Amino acid sequence: MGQVVLKGINKFYDTVHAVKDVNLQIRDKEFVVFVGPSGCGKTTTMRMIAGLEAISSGDISIDGNVVNDLAPMDRDIAMVFQNYALYPHMSVYDNMAFGLKMRKFEKAEIEKRVKEAADILGIGDLLKRKPRQLSGGQRQRVALGRAIVRHPRVFLFDEPLSNLDAKLRVQMRVELKKLHLRLGTTAIYVTHDQVEAMTLGDRVVVMKDGWVQQVGEPLELYNTPANKFVAGFIGSPAMNFANVTLTETNGAVVAENKGLRIKLPDEIAQRVRAHSSRDVTLGIRPEDVTVAGPSDSPDLTFDAAVEVLEQLGSEIILDTRVGDGMMVASVEPTTKVKLHDTLRLAMRPSRLHVFDQKTEAAI
Amino acid sequence: MIEGALWRKWVFFYLPMALFLIFLLFPFYWMVITSVRPDGELYRPWNSVNYNPFWTWKPTLDHFRYLFEETLFAAWLWNTMFIALASTAISLVCGVFAGYALSRLNFPFAGSLGTGIFITYLVPQTLLFIPLAEIIRNYRLGDTPWSLILTYPTFLIPFCTWLMMGYFKAVPKELEECARIDGASRWQAMLYIVIPVAIPGILSAGIFAFTLSWNEFIYALVFLSSPEQKTVPVGVTSELIRGDVFFWGPLMAGALLGSIPVAIAYSFFVEHYVAGLTGSVKG
Repeated sequence: MGQVVLKGINKFYDTVHAVKDVNLQIRDKEFVVFVGPSGCGKTTTMRMIAGLEAISSGDISIDGNVVNDLAPMDRDIAMVFQNYALYPHMSVYDNMAFGLKMRKFEKAEIEKRVKEAADILGIGDLLKRKPRQLSGGQRQRVALGRAIVRHPRVFLFDEPLSNLDAKLRVQMRVELKKLHLRLGTTAIYVTHDQVEAMTLGDRVVVMKDGWVQQVGEPLELYNTPANKFVAGFIGSPAMNFANVTLTETNGAVVAENKGLRIKLPDEIAQRVRAHSSRDVTLGIRPEDVTVAGPSDSPDLTFDAAVEVLEQLGSEIILDTRVGDGMMVASVEPTTKVKLHDTLRLAMRPSRLHVFDQKTEAAI
Repeated sequence: MIEGALWRKWVFFYLPMALFLIFLLFPFYWMVITSVRPDGELYRPWNSVNYNPFWTWKPTLDHFRYLFEETLFAAWLWNTMFIALASTAISLVCGVFAGYALSRLNFPFAGSLGTGIFITYLVPQTLLFIPLAEIIRNYRLGDTPWSLILTYPTFLIPFCTWLMMGYFKAVPKELEECARIDGASRWQAMLYIVIPVAIPGILSAGIFAFTLSWNEFIYALVFLSSPEQKTVPVGVTSELIRGDVFFWGPLMAGALLGSIPVAIAYSFFVEHYVAGLTGSVKG
């Protein structure tokens, strides 16, 4: 079992309010990712769950027991640190066995568990080495091994992949996912990388300035972001935003600024009509901007001048100027386009997002 | 070094290096050569025939024999060793714990306490020995090794504490946090993780403390009076300089033997001690 409940968690450092009223229920066997820019409170939240930081107010409970005042050792959790934190004076075997020795496990049991974990991670032949004799990826595995031998109720991962090079990071990401499927232990994972969040998480918690912005499954965050911050943070390249003014003409809602004139689809128009403010921000993801064809309604198309062209092979990223603003579009690799061309682009109507300009909340 | 003409390397690197070495090693050489030179050569006037101050053709061990047979040098060596080891041990234990507490535990006034400890180190021994003499007298410790074992830590503990504070700060905090999540109490995490990782720092603090107390002169001079209680620096200078007569041979033999343990300690731990001073923790 490994159910973690956060209830009204706050953290103050002197005058700084680092974590603000976090409420969250993490189910058994769930993989939850905390994501956000640095300083958003995600690591502090994890450290409070681990017992490394005191909680200023609120309750953290694991499997129904409030653990606020329990020492880290008594919470039955295991943590993997960003810098691995391998004990430099111990061999790989001793690193992995340390937690079990501290908990007075029998020697045979320790050996069995270490062997088992080493087999899962493919580090069986490294057990006698010292951490400094290992590569980055191997150290990462040992750090994981040290966590899994304990068979804890909850795994905590604090940006475990950010010290690896890009290629290894992708590989370890896949392995982490496999490991979670195999062990089924509840996992809480902190990262600033939205790709890791999207690929690993059963659910993702987006944080900013100490506030939880949105909690949801990866696709839920992608398709229906709760506010402009989540919309811009999730997805790569990031969502395009354009400040527009709404006007009502002939029963249709039209969003307009210098360079754009979009007739909002009915479904969105209905939502927007109920909203008080006329100044809104329009959001559209680069992958939902296409080169306009003859079938595209003129209500959803606009002119764009290509300023930067990034050829990725599988797609072309176009940085274009539309009126006063910029619009990024990700188009088919076969598109015939040159630098400084002016294209007619179209938006997928169902993929339009509208945000309040003041509150930044989704409408 | 950047590639350049060979003469450049000689002029700017090897030559100054050689001069520096000669400058540093010459007193040592002088000590060695004096300790094996027969008295006849030592007290010969400078303008006599065959005068050669830098070399001798008739080396002798007479001065060493004199040192061990006619003086209490063996006892002085033993005293110095015992006092240096005991005061180093006390200072290291206190310094390691104090350094750990000051660098890792968050308690009120930790910073000012650290500064306070440092300030005590700045009080010169030549001032401090006056009140300390009073204390030693009140506790009737005068003329015993304990008068030094208990007073040397007054300057050794601040020194060890500061060295260890710096070293503990360089040990990643995550190591300890990880150990505590792994099931270690704060005490166990310190014992099994932080201290083993800090061994180079502890060794260099230990070597320094040992050297400082081995060479200490003023407290030993003031607190010890009977010849059989003296340490090497005090014994050699007080027993081998009588009035204005310098027994140069035994004096230098004593100085040579007195510097050997320190030299051994340094050369034995030199790698650790360099690592300790540069504060490198290999992950």
